[in-house]
Amino acid sequence: MAPALLCAAFVALYPLARTFYLSFTNARFGDPNPAKVVGARNYADLVSDVFFRDAVVLTVLFTVVTVLAELVLGLLVALLVNTRFRGRGGVRAAMLIPWAIPTVISAQMWKWMFNDVYGVFNDILVNRLHLFPKAIAFTAEESTSFWAAAIVDIWKTTPFMALLLLAGLQLIPSDLYEAARVDGATRWQQFVKITLPLLRPAMLVALIFRTLDALRVFDVFYVMFGNRPDTMTMATYAQQTLVSISDIGYGSAISIAIFLVIGIFVTLYIVVFRPEEA
Amino acid sequence: MLFPFVWALLSSLKPSEELFATPVRYWPDNPTLEHYRLVVENGDFQQALLNSAIVAVSVTLMSLVLGSLAAHALGRIRFRGRSVVLYAVLAMTMFPQIAVLGALFEMVNYFRLYNQLPALVLTYMIFTLPFTVWVMTGFMRAVPMEIEEAAYVDGATPFQVFYKIMLPLALPGMVTTGLLAFIAAWNEFLFALSFTQTPDKRTVTYAITAFAGSTSGMYEVPWGQTMAASVLVTAPLVALALIFQRHILAGLTAGGVKG
Repeated sequence: MAPALLCAAFVALYPLARTFYLSFTNARFGDPNPAKVVGARNYADLVSDVFFRDAVVLTVLFTVVTVLAELVLGLLVALLVNTRFRGRGGVRAAMLIPWAIPTVISAQMWKWMFNDVYGVFNDILVNRLHLFPKAIAFTAEESTSFWAAAIVDIWKTTPFMALLLLAGLQLIPSDLYEAARVDGATRWQQFVKITLPLLRPAMLVALIFRTLDALRVFDVFYVMFGNRPDTMTMATYAQQTLVSISDIGYGSAISIAIFLVIGIFVTLYIVVFRPEEA
Repeated sequence: MLFPFVWALLSSLKPSEELFATPVRYWPDNPTLEHYRLVVENGDFQQALLNSAIVAVSVTLMSLVLGSLAAHALGRIRFRGRSVVLYAVLAMTMFPQIAVLGALFEMVNYFRLYNQLPALVLTYMIFTLPFTVWVMTGFMRAVPMEIEEAAYVDGATPFQVFYKIMLPLALPGMVTTGLLAFIAAWNEFLFALSFTQTPDKRTVTYAITAFAGSTSGMYEVPWGQTMAASVLVTAPLVALALIFQRHILAGLTAGGVKG
């Protein structure tokens, strides 16, 4: 049994340690000279790198917007699906579909819907609802690109969030609600006093899970915008530096920085929500 | 909720003159399978489908074998540092792949696997294996200890216990984790983009994003074909998701409880 564990440890831990080491070198792929240790120079460069700063800001903003929206919408959907109605099984099955579609493909589908000339999104907004005087190139303009990507993520992940929360909702014993009704509690009171506190562990798990996922967002941005500088996330910037520019040293430093940012978020969650009490 | 998928399906059936009509036509008046024909006859796309299938199946099988062995050890055998290992596995399931891209890139080049499918199989294990171990450990622990003890009393070796008792009992868990590993590997993009290059080594996710450049000029994106390809690639996953709905939900919540 030990070999399997060693193998698992090697597969996961070695690359991290190696990335950490590489981030202190000037390694470049295809460079005939052996890589030299250059100390913290990559990190010094990183601090003054405006592209990286913009990427961090964009990614954190993206994470806050999408995770909040997904939590609120996911909770609403979970509450709706948790009530009895005809076709509930069908709805639950349908909720798995956005999750199952590869992110790359959902980004592609939305990009077509967002198309400024032939896209259905613009047709609805401009020709049907008359909300805008003319079509908007959602994925091309700087001001709308962020929201276009956020919508794709929210669409794809809200149902998943709802499914996780639904599992939590179904663990709440129904006699609690009956007792509350007997005592004359309103629906809102039941929600605030019973549902929310008891759902806290499930919400926290879903929240952490999604936050970590959103912080490393890559697929949506890459597919919709390529390596456009104004829409770079931490992950697309790291990938571009490592693979397209072959700068292993600097790219590794970016990777480690991403790891640290994610670590900060996890610590924040643990400090603020104290999962052991939940 | 399903609109983007439905819209992709409708778009894939419209002949180009309806697809690129303004104002937008909602229903295909003259539905055609022309886009599908072009996609299916496209050699690069066929190859990409095959590559994805090879990679995803290999990753799934290897994760299940290694994962269930490790899970059995973690779920049953007492040894020093067991809980540390378990928490390490838990942390790994949350691991951001981008954080190790540099080292993996170096490793892939070192073993001369760049632009080879085994590079993808190996690197995909980094996210499927911890997940498999974690979920399988839960399933293994759910098997009552007495059954195993009875087998030991009857003189079974640890491997026999694993093979003859734990494995069959953990089978539902294996179906679940296998499905999740398969879907994760099939949908992966970052590593596929970073570790492969030529069209004959691409997986479907990479091939679809590269569709525009390869089938026509840079400026005209073949949306009909892209949507047809999207539907083709997604259909098996949607089918799997619907058929194994309960299994997947169980696995996701088991994975979700990992918080």
